[in-house]
This record gives sequence, structure tokens and C-alpha cells, in this order.
Amino acid sequence: MDEKNHIITSPVMGTFYRSSAPGGAVLVEEGQTITPADIVCVIESMKIFTELRCEHPGIVRRFLVENEDPVMKNQALIEIEIH
Amino acid sequence: MFKRVLVANRGEIALRIIRTCREMGIKTIAVFSDADKDSLHVKFADHAVNIGPALSRKSYLNMARIIGVARETKADAIHPGYGFLSENAEFAKACSDGGVTFIGPSAHTIAMAGDKSAARRILTEMGIPVIPGSDDIVLSPDAACGIADRVGYPVILKAAGGGGGRGMRIARTPEELASAFAVAAGEAGAAFGNPSLYLEKYIEKPRHIEIQILGDRHGNYIHLGERECSIQMRYQKLIEESPSCFVDETLRRKLGETAIRVAKAVNYTNAGTMEFLVDKDKNFYFMEINARVQVEHPVTEAVTGIDIVEQQILMAAGRALSLKQEDVRFNGWSMECRINASDPNDNFMPSPGQIGSVIFPGGPGVRMDTHIYDHYMVTPFYDSLIGKLIVWAKDRPSAIRRMQRALAEFEITGIETTIGFYRQVFENEQFQKGEIDTHFLDTMGQTGK
Repeated sequence: MDEKNHIITSPVMGTFYRSSAPGGAVLVEEGQTITPADIVCVIESMKIFTELRCEHPGIVRRFLVENEDPVMKNQALIEIEIH
Repeated sequence: MFKRVLVANRGEIALRIIRTCREMGIKTIAVFSDADKDSLHVKFADHAVNIGPALSRKSYLNMARIIGVARETKADAIHPGYGFLSENAEFAKACSDGGVTFIGPSAHTIAMAGDKSAARRILTEMGIPVIPGSDDIVLSPDAACGIADRVGYPVILKAAGGGGGRGMRIARTPEELASAFAVAAGEAGAAFGNPSLYLEKYIEKPRHIEIQILGDRHGNYIHLGERECSIQMRYQKLIEESPSCFVDETLRRKLGETAIRVAKAVNYTNAGTMEFLVDKDKNFYFMEINARVQVEHPVTEAVTGIDIVEQQILMAAGRALSLKQEDVRFNGWSMECRINASDPNDNFMPSPGQIGSVIFPGGPGVRMDTHIYDHYMVTPFYDSLIGKLIVWAKDRPSAIRRMQRALAEFEITGIETTIGFYRQVFENEQFQKGEIDTHFLDTMGQTGK
């Protein structure tokens, strides 16, 4: 992993969602340019929804998990190429 | 009487229902998701059926599947517990259409209870007090001041688009209200994309007090007294007790009568709860109907000796209430702590994971309703409630001491829970004196306790 890459990890054990609501449009696509204001995914744990952002502007390189996958705390979710 | 009841729920409430069914000689059918195959409700029921994947909407919220299982297993009735499908009018209707009794109010009543503005209109017409305020959105500071003059200061502006404190402002004078209006509208617009505001009378130091009612299909109604539920965090109740040290005989009678009037107005049948806000001068305002058995029902059971789940089943089977209001006697004091898998040191963030070991409290006057055990996996798929610790004693000081003793015995390793937090609350002098309102935990946090 070079220093230009950033990995977004899950803060809590839960379910990974690429959209804000089940069946809704995906929040970001691979290859998309993002800013720290953009929500990149949502983790649901015990009915609490946590929106995740990337603290640096960059490009979404790759999703490491599928929509609705169960994820563990600190599990790698998304690879971001930092500008 | 029913021969077989399907329990359309999981966790502690599924066990709670199965226990009463067994005592009544009724066979039970549990339903479970892939995540719950090792759960106690699966083990305790007479029969258990897997209804799908962990995600609720694919299992515990799958109406067609659950009703299908009820028909396949020849269940006469479905008990929905709380949460999931318990207040879903469509589900209640689908049950009766499918020839299975729904243990709860009618679909029509559930729909009425869920439509807050319609309920508010009906009850206002009946002269039942609701929190005074604007019936619709308020369009200008002048209009806001007009309504505030009518309902009396202080008032609170609330965003129509959402909650959580954004777009919310309290005003104590017309001048404050005029300037608060612009700020609140701006904040609401930024937060929700909708600057619309409602105005309500602001209730200072309110207590959340609710009345448990029972209503059979023959028009008989009784109430089982009040529950004090003011100890809340972000509108989630954490500690409940019955009776409330704030409610005297006169207020209890008034609240009880009002709760029954509300129940009659919506043709309420089965067990239900009418929630009220009560201000420091003991004025009360109806908030909403909870059309189901509630998490905190055991504190009422403890002081009345009445099994609420048994009453639900009897009423759903068409039996008339065997109790009259004068038969309901209140004895002693009961308190409940909701044990959640959440971390009080991290803003109550969810704390799912595998439990190491559990030591449950016991001894006189202690009831533990829980589905957890050693090495149980608390999954992130459902809510964080992992148990309820309920105590009973002769009066409030004794109940507090008993709860402190029980909390001291209680140990769960492997995940974060709210047990340690409750030890602090029960040490708090204000709490011990019963000087509580719905903002109690915010203030307790600020003073660094």
C-alpha cells in the first residue's frame, strides 16, 4: 500500500450499504472523484446508521465488500486514491 | 382458547411470550432468521421455523412468509411482541384475512393510532388535552407570535422536515420569538432542505408518564396505573418505574380516566399504552398511543400481579376481562433497567460482539428477562436490547437499594453494556430523590457525574 492510497474501514460491526436506503441509488461509484463532504457508504449496526466519509479528497478506486455484506469492526471497506 | 400461538419476534420478548403460553398450556411456534438459529426462543418454543436471512426485512418483517408459516403449522394466533410487525396495520389485516388471530388491536385501530395528526384532531374535539400549538406549519414570525399569544410562552419552534434538535428554538417573549424564527428557519433549511416550522407550547421539565390499559372485545376497559419513563437518552427510554413518585391519587385517577377515554375513542382492544407528557404543575398532555405490549410492561406486572401477556392472549381469544377497575391493587415499587449492548463511554455507540461470560443477578425481588447466555453472539442485525433487569420492593428507597445490589452482582464480559452506567445513575442524589424529567441524563452528563 503506497501513501497515496487510503482505506476506509468500518467503525463498528454491522451491515455495509452502498446507498442511503435499501434499493436506493448508490452513493458513489468506482472511479468517481470525491470530497470530504461526500458520504461514501453507510454502516448499519443495531438499527443505528453511521454515514462514512473520506477525510481527504480523492478518487474511489475499489470497493472491497459488496452491498449488504456483513462487516467486522475495522474491516477494510473502500480503497481511495488520495489527490 | 388457542391451541398454538406463533411468536413473530425474537430476543427477550419472544421468550417472555413463550413462557406465558407454556404456563397456559398453549403450544408455541418460534420463527427465526439465519442469525438467530442458536437463540433461546428457538430452543424454548415447541416448534421453530427458519424464515430467512439475518436482515429484518428478509425475515422478521416478511409478512407473507410469517403468515405462511402460521398456516403451515396450524397456528390459531400470532403474537407480534414489540417492534417489527407489532404496529403494522397491514400485517394485522393480513393475519385476519389469512384466518389467524392477531394478538393486538384491530388493523383499523392500529392505523388510527399511527396517524398522529388525525389522532390529535379527534382527541382535541373530545376535549382531551394535547400539547397546544399550531395545527399546521407557521409561515411568518407574525403568525408565530399570534399562536404564541394564544398558547402562552414559552414556546418551541420545531422543524417540519426532521428532528434531532436542528431547527429547534425556544422563545420566552415575542421579541425572542421573532429573532428565533429566522434562525430556526435557516437552520431547518440547511439541515433538511425544508425551512418549514411548527410551533408548540414548550413544556418545562416534562415527565414522560404513561398508562397501561386493557380493553376487551365486549367494551370493558381497565387501567393498570402509570409507568414513569422520564429517564431517556435521545428519546429512548432506559429506566422505567411504577408507580411514579410524582403521581398522586388524583393525578392517577385523571390520567387513568383520560387513557380509557382515548382507548374508547379509537375502539382500542387488547393491551395498549397511552403516553403523556406531564409538566411540573401536573398539567398533562396526551402524546401518543403505543398499540402493542411494551418493553417496560414488567414493572406494571410487578406492582399489580397481573400477567399482561396472559391478558393479551385471553382478550384476543374473545374472553371478557375478569378484572374490574376496583380489583386492580397496586403493591410496592418496581424499577427496570434496559441492558443494552452499547458503550456509555463512546456516546452509546452500538457494541455488538461475542459475549464471554455472564453472571446474572438474582435473589429476592429480582427478575431478569433476557435471551443472552455465556458465549452468545450479539449480532449487529437487531436492536441493542440484550436484557431487562427488573426489581420489586416495598417502596422506592428499597427498590433503589435492591437495584443497586442487583447491578453490583451483574457481570457481562466480552462486549460493552450499560450496566456500569446504571450503577452511576442509581448513585445520583437527584435520581434517588425522584427529581427527574426527560432531560435528566443530559444534565447528569453536564455535571460530569
